Amino acid sequence: MGKVPPIYNIAAPPDGYEAPGLFATTLDKVIGLARKNSIWPLPFATSCCGIEFMATMGAHYDLGRFGSERLSFSPRQADLLMVMGTIAKKMAPVVQQVYEQMAEPRWVLAVGACASSGGIFDTYSVLQGIDRIVPVDVYVPGCPPRPEQIIDGFMKIQAQVGKETLRRRYSQEYRDLLTKYGILK
Amino acid sequence: MDNTLIIGKLYQQFSNDILNVDVSSDMLSVTIAHPVIHEVIRFLKENPELDFGFLTTLCGIHYPDRGLPLGVVYHLHNLRENVRVRIKTFVPLTDPSLPTITDLFSAANWMERETYDFYGIIFQGHPDLTRILNVEYLDFFPLRKEYPLEDPTREDKDDRYFGR
Repeated sequence: MGKVPPIYNIAAPPDGYEAPGLFATTLDKVIGLARKNSIWPLPFATSCCGIEFMATMGAHYDLGRFGSERLSFSPRQADLLMVMGTIAKKMAPVVQQVYEQMAEPRWVLAVGACASSGGIFDTYSVLQGIDRIVPVDVYVPGCPPRPEQIIDGFMKIQAQVGKETLRRRYSQEYRDLLTKYGILK
Repeated sequence: MDNTLIIGKLYQQFSNDILNVDVSSDMLSVTIAHPVIHEVIRFLKENPELDFGFLTTLCGIHYPDRGLPLGVVYHLHNLRENVRVRIKTFVPLTDPSLPTITDLFSAANWMERETYDFYGIIFQGHPDLTRILNVEYLDFFPLRKEYPLEDPTREDKDDRYFGR
């Protein structure tokens, strides 16, 4: 009986010092490695980009390969807010409230032209990009973007998550950022 | 029932208040002076021969160049004989108020709120005349022609990049 290849992926270890029975690295890197490979996304899908996201989650593109098969439909347990679609001004406080309900650390991915900049809906009733109400980490262009683009954006989020220091969320810069959006009073 | 019967019945009752009659898109259009709009719609609904018992739709309209710029268009339908009629009425910008027809058609409730929301037409006697589709804090009536449709706060849309 031949050897069966493993059906799971093992994440590469971070940089560190290796010796027999010993591996030393920084806590930041270990936690970053764990976080980036188990991001729980909260899909906030309002239009066609949401349909592309469904394909991204499906078996063909399989976001589960990146450790994100577990969608969190409660913001309390989510790590990543994925806003996909046109956000009307009437919807803006809802998006902001969902963001406020997420626990730190939290990231935001704006998927598609509408979430990033309002897109073709340059009109009085549509929010001209969600970065007017919540801080955004990665923007995915496209109208709508293909699943490959969403995965690319997601991998950029993963890269950020892996590199983030544990001090960042306590820094004055981060507090100032949230204060600017009115999220931190 | 043909158009001449409808017009004849209306002229019998409201001869002085009918401002215009025409047929467009195979549908009779009658423009009525705004003070009697409620009576005209009540008459069209309650007259046993006309029997326009169904309000298809109601919407606002804005012609900025006209003497009476703001209007409301009512579409009524006689479901027994499958006849439709379009009733228009216009009000001045300084006093854009009309009587509500929610007492005749309950369906007018949300339609009148929408018309108020987008055109600022005040329907006197409406049970809850508040914005229905737009955000509550909006301080203008967006479908009036004096307001731009584009979002004024957008910064990335430089005309130079769009060849305008």
